[in-house]
Amino acid sequence: MSAPILSIHDLKVEFGTRQGVVKAVDGVSLNVYRGEVLGLVGESGSGKSVTGLSILGLIDPPGRIASGSIKLEGTELIGLPEDELRRLRGERMAMIFQDPMTTLNPVLRIDTQMIETIRAHENVSERAARSRAEEALKRVGIPSPAERLLTYPHQLSGGMRQRVAIAIALLMSPALLVADEPTTALDVTIQSQIIAEVQQLCSETGTALIWITHDLAVVAGLADRIAVMYAGRIVEEGDVDPVLDHPRHPYTYGLLGSAPSNNRRGEKLAQIPGMTPSLANLPSGCAFAPRCAFAQGDCSTAPPTLTHDGSRAWRCFHPVPDREDVR
Amino acid sequence: MTDTPFILDRGESLWRQRISQFFAKPSAYVSFGLLVLLLLIAIFAPMVAPQNPYDLAQLDIMDGRLPPGSKSMDGKIFWLGTDEQGRDMLSAILYGLRISLFVGVVSTFFACIIGASIGVFAAYKGGKVESFVMRLVDLQLSFPAILIALVLLAAFGRGVDKVIVALIIVQWAYYARTVRGNALVERNRDYMEAARCLALPRSRILFSHLLPNCLPPLIVVATVQVAHAIALEATLSFLGVGVPVTEPSLGMLIKNGYDYLMSGKYWISTWPGLALVLAIVVINLVGDRLRDVLNPRLAQ
Amino acid sequence: MLAYLIRRVGQALLVIAAMATIVFVSIYAVGNPVDILANPNADAKEMAEISARLGLDKPLWEQFGLFVWNALHGDLGRSFVFNEPALKLIIQRMPATLELAFVALIMSIFIGIPLGVWAGLKPDAWSSRTIMSGSILGFSLPNFWIGLMLILLFAVQLKWLPSGGRGPTTSLFGIQVSFLTWEGLRYLLLPAFTLALYKAALVVRLSRSGTREAVLQDYVRFARAKGLSPTRIVLVHVLKNIMIPIVTILGLELGSMIAFAVVTETVFAYPGMGKLLIDSIGRLDRPVIVAYLMMVVVIFVVINLIVDLLYAALDPRVRLQESEG
Repeated sequence: MSAPILSIHDLKVEFGTRQGVVKAVDGVSLNVYRGEVLGLVGESGSGKSVTGLSILGLIDPPGRIASGSIKLEGTELIGLPEDELRRLRGERMAMIFQDPMTTLNPVLRIDTQMIETIRAHENVSERAARSRAEEALKRVGIPSPAERLLTYPHQLSGGMRQRVAIAIALLMSPALLVADEPTTALDVTIQSQIIAEVQQLCSETGTALIWITHDLAVVAGLADRIAVMYAGRIVEEGDVDPVLDHPRHPYTYGLLGSAPSNNRRGEKLAQIPGMTPSLANLPSGCAFAPRCAFAQGDCSTAPPTLTHDGSRAWRCFHPVPDREDVR
Repeated sequence: MTDTPFILDRGESLWRQRISQFFAKPSAYVSFGLLVLLLLIAIFAPMVAPQNPYDLAQLDIMDGRLPPGSKSMDGKIFWLGTDEQGRDMLSAILYGLRISLFVGVVSTFFACIIGASIGVFAAYKGGKVESFVMRLVDLQLSFPAILIALVLLAAFGRGVDKVIVALIIVQWAYYARTVRGNALVERNRDYMEAARCLALPRSRILFSHLLPNCLPPLIVVATVQVAHAIALEATLSFLGVGVPVTEPSLGMLIKNGYDYLMSGKYWISTWPGLALVLAIVVINLVGDRLRDVLNPRLAQ
Repeated sequence: MLAYLIRRVGQALLVIAAMATIVFVSIYAVGNPVDILANPNADAKEMAEISARLGLDKPLWEQFGLFVWNALHGDLGRSFVFNEPALKLIIQRMPATLELAFVALIMSIFIGIPLGVWAGLKPDAWSSRTIMSGSILGFSLPNFWIGLMLILLFAVQLKWLPSGGRGPTTSLFGIQVSFLTWEGLRYLLLPAFTLALYKAALVVRLSRSGTREAVLQDYVRFARAKGLSPTRIVLVHVLKNIMIPIVTILGLELGSMIAFAVVTETVFAYPGMGKLLIDSIGRLDRPVIVAYLMMVVVIFVVINLIVDLLYAALDPRVRLQESEG
């Protein structure tokens, strides 16, 4: 296999809060290859968004990257001077966010927001940048792009705005796009359109995609590979079909079980008992142990290490028995 | 900001709690201590001042415009210098502080009572009365206080009493607005409903139920307004439309020194100015602290 | 839109009428300017003559009726002292005051916004804390005293700048202005700075809280993710967003600056209409006082209208609503 476009190794991100230091991301390692779609799944507070922001170097105080390594196309990003990091942002790696209503600046026209992106990275004329911006809008399926360029964000619908954001992110044909729940705030029909468009655009350009979501259904249709996060750690990782069909980690198992589509009508909805633990005081062993149906005594002594099996891996002492179909 | 629930039927413990909150920050002791000191100086100015600056018999024109630290003809030391009539600046400042604080406190006190009453009344009456009063408040607050005070004093003429009346008219609207805003919230609360159900007389509902609950924000506004009133009085007196020459406030003293500023006799204006600044800053610090304690929502 | 406009103008006229009544009654009801204007040795007959010439012998309501009638014809009375139309005197002095107020407004923006944005970007830095303490002082200290201290420092001690008065003027579109020459500007610097401090404190607070709010917004994070330089993010993305409320409020404050110029002009012996007002109050020159106040009321009302229009021009969301509604 060729070298990964993005390679994260043992990333740790901490937030200094009044209750002490919180480890939002605790030893995450990931590889993403060219043209690949990775689904990064977890509940809110699991550290998936923080992981995404760390890649772009957008962690603000009180947060900080405590240790680890993030390599983009071989370049180490951690410790890179801010100015060099800035040049990589938008050019080699891009990010889109959850709420399209707020990601675009309300007082700047669409053309301003697009052209400034190109001119931040390339010394091109305003006219050339404008025609590229128009081209980009057309690619994401926006009708009459030349007119849309002259509008303000509030004149566009939510779906349109997210398309504009995607167009901006892909303007420089980055090697990596981090999408942080970009469809959660949209209607279901528009959601699937946008997912299809992003998927197509990325495969055309070979852009690797990290799709951050809490929605397994989205990942099932989109991702090549999946990584499930819980309490700042990746608890299970692998190709999407085997993981979703035969999850080994009890948490993935529970997540799949609690998806409404996997429950029969009239039956009580399956759910994971208990609540997401507070990151400020995690149990000493496996963070999931207190909620886990499979937990045994040793689960609360030390955090489990990674168990590899071919292309997949999980972090559990007592995994779900193989081949137990959840569907 | 506190997790301790307020026990509303035991007013005394509530206020005691607030006092201990007020002093939770060590700097509060300093500002509060300075405020008390200033008030004591102002009240007892005739006793602490080295001379009575308005007793012409004690003044010697030969001592005029002496720089700070000079000796008088009969051997006394003028620590802060003298003005053109040979008046000891330190004494003049102590007396001036007395007048400035008096004007500030008295005008604020009456403005607060009048404004709050109008505000509560408007909020309680509702309807046309309320909208008329609030229109009036908005209209007045849309013009700068200094302008209104100038018009009034141009009409009234000079005098301590006239300045106080002008400042009351300038300030009442702040209180009316503060109280009305609070009363709007309070009048829909359950205890108001209960008071109405008990068929308590209207005046009793107004003054023993509604007003006490509007008190904390009122105290905060009033404290800061004392500082504003003092600054405004000083400005008016500096412009020559405030207090008369015979009862000089700090602002008047600064005006007197203004003519000598160009010739480098800085002390006649500078020291009264510093006293004024000190008074205003101290009152503002206490006001800020009160705001933190009494109304966490107002604090930025 | 048209109904809104008519209602707004109607309100404005009502405010002007109400203020005219209040001003007239409070100014004309008290004092007797004849005492000041007449020769101290004048006998009763002479006094009555002067009184009749000035129209002061008529009953108050008749004086008011005459005042309103004349005001509608643009005549706000003749100055008792200068024996010239009061309005003319005010308008003669107006360019000086407007120049002072505008220069001060611009100064307060150029002082206040950079400091406020800085304090908003680095809220915990000692420099930011210093800025905020300074703005509290700017809010609460009496402005005239700051002016005096500036005179003491820059005019008396350092002798860099003149202590007062207005510098040489040049004509710009028929209006006498002094900011075009260095010598004229030198006279303007201290008074304008003093007047600016009065508002700069407000601008600092507004831009600080605006910046603190803006940097947490998604659009700033997205702008960073696009790889924009921090300079562009602050100067374009943040600044343009915080400018809207600041311009609105400052526009409204221009009126209060013109009013507050009364104090600054007195401190710096600056020959604007504020100084004229104070002199006229001292001389009981009622028509001038009334003319000044009416002028300021009209300026206030006009500014309110202009600010609404500017607001619409700056904020595209407002513009859209208006074109739709």
